[in-house]
Amino acid sequence: MEKEKVSFIDRSKSVIDIKNLEKSFGDYEVLRGIDLEVYQGENVVVLGRSGTGKSVLIKIISGLLKPDTGTVNVLGQDVNSLNPKELEKLRLRIGFSFQNSALYDSMTVRGNLEFPLVRNQRNLTKAEVNEQVESVLDAVGLLQTINQMPSELSGGQRKRIGIARTLILKPEIMMYDEPTAGLDPITCLEINHLINEVQQRYHTSSIIITHDLTCAKMTGDRVAMLLDGKFMRTGTFKEVFDTDDERVKTFYTYNFIQ
Amino acid sequence: MKPDYNNVLTEETAKPKLPSRFSVFFEDIYLVYRFILRFFKEAFLPPYEFKEFVRQCYEVGYRSFPLITLTGFITGLVFTKQSRPSLAEFGATSWIPSLVSIAIFRALAPLVTALIAAGKVGSSIGAELASMKVTEQIDAMEVSATKPFKFLVCMRVLATTVSIPILVMYTALVSMLGAFVNVTTNEGTSFKAFFQDAFEPLSFLDINTSLVKSIVFGFTIGMVGCYQGFNSDKGTEGVGKAANSAVVLGMFLVFVEEVVIVQISGFFRT
Repeated sequence: MEKEKVSFIDRSKSVIDIKNLEKSFGDYEVLRGIDLEVYQGENVVVLGRSGTGKSVLIKIISGLLKPDTGTVNVLGQDVNSLNPKELEKLRLRIGFSFQNSALYDSMTVRGNLEFPLVRNQRNLTKAEVNEQVESVLDAVGLLQTINQMPSELSGGQRKRIGIARTLILKPEIMMYDEPTAGLDPITCLEINHLINEVQQRYHTSSIIITHDLTCAKMTGDRVAMLLDGKFMRTGTFKEVFDTDDERVKTFYTYNFIQ
Repeated sequence: MKPDYNNVLTEETAKPKLPSRFSVFFEDIYLVYRFILRFFKEAFLPPYEFKEFVRQCYEVGYRSFPLITLTGFITGLVFTKQSRPSLAEFGATSWIPSLVSIAIFRALAPLVTALIAAGKVGSSIGAELASMKVTEQIDAMEVSATKPFKFLVCMRVLATTVSIPILVMYTALVSMLGAFVNVTTNEGTSFKAFFQDAFEPLSFLDINTSLVKSIVFGFTIGMVGCYQGFNSDKGTEGVGKAANSAVVLGMFLVFVEEVVIVQISGFFRT
């Protein structure tokens, strides 16, 4: 049975504010004037075709890529004008779940979770580190995998551990890059529930990049449809797909036929 | 610009178009310069990754011992065997220990060790970092503010810079042992007499030059492997290319440095 999604959105407080964002790679214009505002406690789903620059968008937000023009304001700071130290501090407040989980394959699950924790909170005792690692693993339901290597985990487990690794730094914003890509339907549902649980339990605001409409419907408080490098439609899931635009309709139809 | 729905973001479209090969060459030089500069900026500042440094020394140094032992021993043995006929013609086989020791300490040990390290260590560093880049592990470190350059690059380069001189000295000793086996089998020379003859012509300059050379080789091999891996193209092809160019470029630079250092040390001898 589907769990009820409960969001506590504070629309007076914007955590991400993007204005007129443009990004090109050579002659190829990927983002052509993006405007987006994400509020405190809100899950925003960015939908779009593969290669339309969805991942580029969240990499710009977290400072991994530089935009050509436009401003990206995250938690009250302009990402482009930060020096490396300030950017590092800001990144601690942003969690990033990668499409392929990006687990460090030379380390166990425990090593993966300890790695960012001990490097950012050097005064923690061994017992405190253990407690935090176990607590966050428990939150994603994978405490039993603590001593396993990433290669021993299933795709769904890897996604969960990837999310746990970002949660251990207690971020205020979460970025999910294709969280359900390549997973079976049941695992997809589990990941969708986990995204909602993270939102409620850790009071995070999130951007979820996906082309999975079930994921968008279940996790998104708001959906933004990226077409031709711009957000063509923004609103609730129903509002976005209540249109005669052929490209949007095709996206919807294909997903549900599939 | 008219939208092109078939034009998706790929590595090819993502690459900025550059005017010519000439400018690419200078751009590469500039990027290498910045990479080396970044190493010196970050390597010696806290926080220190001591545990990772020890782990890398184990990977680079300790795990190379079996291969180095075998190749070092064979080098000494074969070099001595091949030198004997020429010296025997002049009745100068008693010079074998000193000839072999000079050849081994001055040239063979540093070169053989560096070439083996470029093949074994350089390729493994290049491939490992490139595959970490492909699977976004380096990005994951970057977004969690854990200084991937320091953890991945600085520690590996420091480990090769420290471990390779140790391996070179070890190779020299093992090669001498190989030479002794050959000499004692043919001439029946005792262990003590062989090593007395072998070490007599060696000067501090020989040992120092060999050490400086091996530090430079170690730094180069680590730096080339890390640079190729850290800046590899994404995709599995990039991993292969990074490993391959780490070996080829590493070996090439080792030979160039060998020539330069030999010339410089020549000035001190005269």
